[in-house]
Amino acid sequence: MHEMSLCESILGILKEQAEQQSFSKVDRVCLEVGTLSGVELEALRFGFDVVMRGSLAEGAALEITCPQAQAWCLNCAKSVPIAERYDPCPECGSHQLQVTGGDELRIKELEVS
Amino acid sequence: MCTVCGCGAGEVRIEGASDAKGGAEQHRHDHTHDHHHDHAHHHDQHHHHYGEGEAGASVPGMSQSRMIQLEQDILSKNNAYADANRRYFQDRAIFVLNLVSSPGSGKTTLLVETLKRLSSSRKCYVIEGDQQTTNDADRIRETGVEALQINTGKGCHLDGHMVGHAVEHLSPADGGCIFIENVGNLVCPAAFDLGEAHKVAILSVTEGEDKPLKYPDMFAAADLMLLNKSDLLPHLDFDVSTAMENARKVNPNIKILTVSARTGEGLDHWLQWIEAARLMNLAGHPALSAAE
Repeated sequence: MHEMSLCESILGILKEQAEQQSFSKVDRVCLEVGTLSGVELEALRFGFDVVMRGSLAEGAALEITCPQAQAWCLNCAKSVPIAERYDPCPECGSHQLQVTGGDELRIKELEVS
Repeated sequence: MCTVCGCGAGEVRIEGASDAKGGAEQHRHDHTHDHHHDHAHHHDQHHHHYGEGEAGASVPGMSQSRMIQLEQDILSKNNAYADANRRYFQDRAIFVLNLVSSPGSGKTTLLVETLKRLSSSRKCYVIEGDQQTTNDADRIRETGVEALQINTGKGCHLDGHMVGHAVEHLSPADGGCIFIENVGNLVCPAAFDLGEAHKVAILSVTEGEDKPLKYPDMFAAADLMLLNKSDLLPHLDFDVSTAMENARKVNPNIKILTVSARTGEGLDHWLQWIEAARLMNLAGHPALSAAE
């Protein structure tokens, strides 16, 4: 349940960018939130609306893409898709997996005016 | 240590900081933010007005609505504070552990017993994170170790910024050890780097064996798991090997030690781990060759 503070961080970044890149309004925020990032999307959407209220991003559209988690299987020596951190390799069943993607948590792009 | 300041509003209270009201409001910064614009923008007097739109800027041939590619990590601000903390610790050969667990796993008791055994040979400090009260810091101080309580208010985790200020306040001696007892929560503290050398997850045997599967992020982020309250094992159905197996499913590299803060079982192994991890962390540091 740290989605609220993530939204505060997003707002902080938007304000900083507004100063650096001279814009005063954010119309769209595109986020990349990996399936292993530990973020509850509904809570994030709710928090986003609440936190952006009265700011330069009030009413901004929120677009979220969720990259599928990937792990490197030491047994198969290849990259495999996983749904959870404790999932076994879908091909050989081993737990010797090293998560290589899916914990992304970043702002990809903004539409501003 | 406030390198990129952004003291967020909130209810964070760092004990002893100014008049105990602390936190965001009264923390003032003298630095100004200089921003570099290499294009026209408003000036307070003497207007040269190009952009009449909300952005107040004008670029020939472009409408004011535009896309900005950012690719910026949402936690980048916290990570910047954590990096600054880590550099500070590294420069001074200070070894820092971030202890995380659910509420009631026995973190504070374990810490008290650890300090009793460690603080005679090494200067130790404790940063306590809780939503409210200074009870835990008070318990630590009874051992004679300096402790600072951070009350996060409604916050569910400590962040790099709070810890930076806490460290400023403690001004730890070079070569010391800092134990950060995070807010009892197996979810949020996983995502917030504080600048520590290692996260240590504490799981007590009165919890379920499947805790690592229920809260995988935390066990994936930790380097060591302490299975605490082992003295209660005879009274419980807790299966130690299943718990260990579950932790390794989430994190194949995790180290696991079974301990009991109450009877002292396994604490010598935990102290060995601390010393070994401290030395590993310091490899190549001038302080190491000077001291040892």
